Amino acid sequence: MHAHSFLTATAVAALLALSPSTSVAADLNVYTTREPALIAPLLEAFTAATGTKVNTVFLKDGLAERVASEGESSPADILMTVDAGNLVDLAERGVTQAVDSDVLTAAVPAQLRDAKGHWFGLSMRGRVLYAAKDLDLTTFHYEDLADPKYKGKVCIRSGQHPYNTALFADYIAHHGAVETEAWLSGVKNNLARKAAGGDRDVAKDILGGICDIGIANTYYVGLMTSGKGGEEQAKWVQAIKVVLPTFKDGGTQVNISGAAVAKHAPNKAEALKLLEYLVSDDAQKIYAQANYEYPVKAGVAVDPIIAAFGPLTIDKTPLSEIVGHRKEASALVDKVGFDN
Amino acid sequence: MPASSPAAGLLRRSGRRWLACAGVVALVVALPFVGLALEALKGSPGLWAHLVSSILPVALVDTVILLAGVGLVTATLGTAAAWLVTAYAFPGRRVLEGALLLPLAVPTYIIAYAYLDILHPIGPVQDAVRWMLGYESPRQFRLPDIRSMAGCILLLGFVLYPYVYIPTRAMFLTQPGNLIDAARTLGISRRAVFWRVALPMARPAVAVGIALALMETLNDVGAAEFLGVRTMTVSIYTTWITRTDLPGAAQIALMLLLIVVGLVALERWARRRQGYAGDTRRNRGMTPVSVAPSKGVLLLAAGLVPVLLGFVAPAIYLAIEAWKRYQFASLSARLLHEAVNTIVIATLATAVTITLGLLIAYAARLRPDTGWFLRVSTLGYAAPGTVVAIGVLIVLGSADQLIDRAALQWVGISTGLVFLGSGAAVVYALTVRFLAISAGGIEAGLSRIPLSLDHAARTLGQSPSGTFRHVHLPLSKTAIAAAALLVFVDCVKELPATLLLRPLNVETFATHLYGEAARGTYEEASIAALAIVAISVLPVVLLSRVGVAGSASSTSARKHDTIEDTRT
Repeated sequence: MHAHSFLTATAVAALLALSPSTSVAADLNVYTTREPALIAPLLEAFTAATGTKVNTVFLKDGLAERVASEGESSPADILMTVDAGNLVDLAERGVTQAVDSDVLTAAVPAQLRDAKGHWFGLSMRGRVLYAAKDLDLTTFHYEDLADPKYKGKVCIRSGQHPYNTALFADYIAHHGAVETEAWLSGVKNNLARKAAGGDRDVAKDILGGICDIGIANTYYVGLMTSGKGGEEQAKWVQAIKVVLPTFKDGGTQVNISGAAVAKHAPNKAEALKLLEYLVSDDAQKIYAQANYEYPVKAGVAVDPIIAAFGPLTIDKTPLSEIVGHRKEASALVDKVGFDN
Repeated sequence: MPASSPAAGLLRRSGRRWLACAGVVALVVALPFVGLALEALKGSPGLWAHLVSSILPVALVDTVILLAGVGLVTATLGTAAAWLVTAYAFPGRRVLEGALLLPLAVPTYIIAYAYLDILHPIGPVQDAVRWMLGYESPRQFRLPDIRSMAGCILLLGFVLYPYVYIPTRAMFLTQPGNLIDAARTLGISRRAVFWRVALPMARPAVAVGIALALMETLNDVGAAEFLGVRTMTVSIYTTWITRTDLPGAAQIALMLLLIVVGLVALERWARRRQGYAGDTRRNRGMTPVSVAPSKGVLLLAAGLVPVLLGFVAPAIYLAIEAWKRYQFASLSARLLHEAVNTIVIATLATAVTITLGLLIAYAARLRPDTGWFLRVSTLGYAAPGTVVAIGVLIVLGSADQLIDRAALQWVGISTGLVFLGSGAAVVYALTVRFLAISAGGIEAGLSRIPLSLDHAARTLGQSPSGTFRHVHLPLSKTAIAAAALLVFVDCVKELPATLLLRPLNVETFATHLYGEAARGTYEEASIAALAIVAISVLPVVLLSRVGVAGSASSTSARKHDTIEDTRT
């Protein structure tokens, strides 16, 4: 049938047009779960500095499965993601390789990278308290979230979100599973609405009078305050202040974004160059100024909006220990019906 | 017709090639599920104990409530709307007929995000309410939160009811007018005709429509995530992502698939003895009654409610947000690139899906005893997009590696990723996902062509393929077109499979939208969201034009049993 061969020809042509030339040398292929807008400035700066073109694909969930399924044929050079747990998962699935770089080990503090060199933290964010501006509150402990005096006043996103399971895992590290379960039940009882939506909704819902306090990440405040999110978000953020909460016997829970070199990276040399670039002063400054994250490298200044929260005391629980409690935390979230 | 008749024998012998092709299609659709089953077999210690103690009691109950709620809302809206535009004649009816389809252009995740904003305590609706009541701040007065089961049911209902409306309207339109007249002569009121004649006769169409709407509901993760409703689909996600347990997630997904397949089979079984159809060609349809102008206005207003809530309000909201965004940051060049990708992928996937749908539907006509090919081909629609995507990833990942290794070994060149690197994987996944719409719609179209035409053509010396080209293809054009439009719109809206399987540097409107929504910058996504709705509106308008004849009926309104009925 003529129609058939025409269709086939069109299909082939269209697919070719669609497919980028992935095998061109000196390109670098990045698989990322970080949203394109967040890493675009960094990658553009890298291309400008080195002349290496960077191809990306944004995959929210299933990055590990995708790379694993592609196996030796995978074009991926760099795997980028947020949350220490996700980085550990990548390493455990065997889709990363160890790299040995003095530049990286010098720039990234030991507790923010894999001991064997499979992954490196590139930026940090705190899991902090957003509180209604008029609330008389200057210090806060994570433990207080379950205090009955906040009944019907707490907003938070799904308990199963990696940002929250990491916080709850840290809680387990401090207090053990039994106490954590009781605490989670208490927080659940204090919720003003379903545990759903995103972190910015906490600010919006505080403005909307739905809640008084909530847990969210630090960088959203920068994005909203700077006006980068538009006028409305600038209004939301004016309704809140940020308090850096701590564990009673510790500091503020911090998570990372990071990257790893893929096990079968076709362009390993370029991949390493990108990693080293990302911990350079220039790139760390972009993390701080464009994304409002805390740089991992000592000596690079945080953005003034973030600095205004006061000094950050990072909780001492090692990331690896938090990661180890993650599944337990997730199971507890289900057990107390946190999201129901 | 007795099976031993010469004509039937002829059909059987010469349809072998079609049959083989249909078998291959069914196999291709089934492969991703085989991949998933293999993954599930890897086992997940402790999973079911945890599921039974902590997840199932809530997630299962919530899923059932959500499905029941959405089923009820879509059935009510869809059937009422269909009856309204077929039974009554009033000014604006023609426009309303088409307008009722518009919510199809709005994906579930977009409606959730739009209404979350519109109805938020600091959104326009509550602002207005407070202003009227004289309150200053939302802390003094606010309406209940939309983030609830009821909110989720209503929002999903208002965008999914067209799945019921389309086949039900087609069924009402082709219902023999003489039956309705007979009922009226026997002294039954117009309203009672609906309950006692029209509705029972339209039951297969309503059932199919509800099944489709419910499968869309099960597919949804975005709206549930926004609105805080924890369905089984969300549990699959949590098991996979938060607990890094893909075998466990595959087990839950397959269990859910079994339940869905079981329910669909149960519904078919429940009406196994009911015969419908008859020869619709010679029957004149039902004549709509004219109503007084005042009543006409009321009917029109009632009919417009679902259109306003399911399409107009969110579309206006998106347009305003997109405009604000445009003034704030103007249009980025990548939107053009995304438009091209969105359209190319959707067009290719539609072409493949329709071709395979034709194959499998025609094979089922040639050999009705192999209808199970047709049923296998609908599996992809009964599973959430993510599940299909993972299955496809497992299958094509291995295929890509095999091809690459073989090429390296025999020819000495690396082919790279043939499927995952080219976008073919996305097209494959979309085909698996939406083949049900295509095969079902085409089969419904074919079922309206009497078998006597096949016999006549064959007696005149046409082969099955010739008969197909010269008889069936021309006669089922409208059904094919309607199916193609529905598939196209679904491909434009599709997110999870496109997200997981697309090649480097390829963004579509849906993936762009998700990229922004995932980090909470919805406003930056409003232009992409509006674009998705805009691209989908055109096919939806066309769909309303394709009209009656093909019985856009779509989606398998008349299923296999109809064919058998027509034959006897």
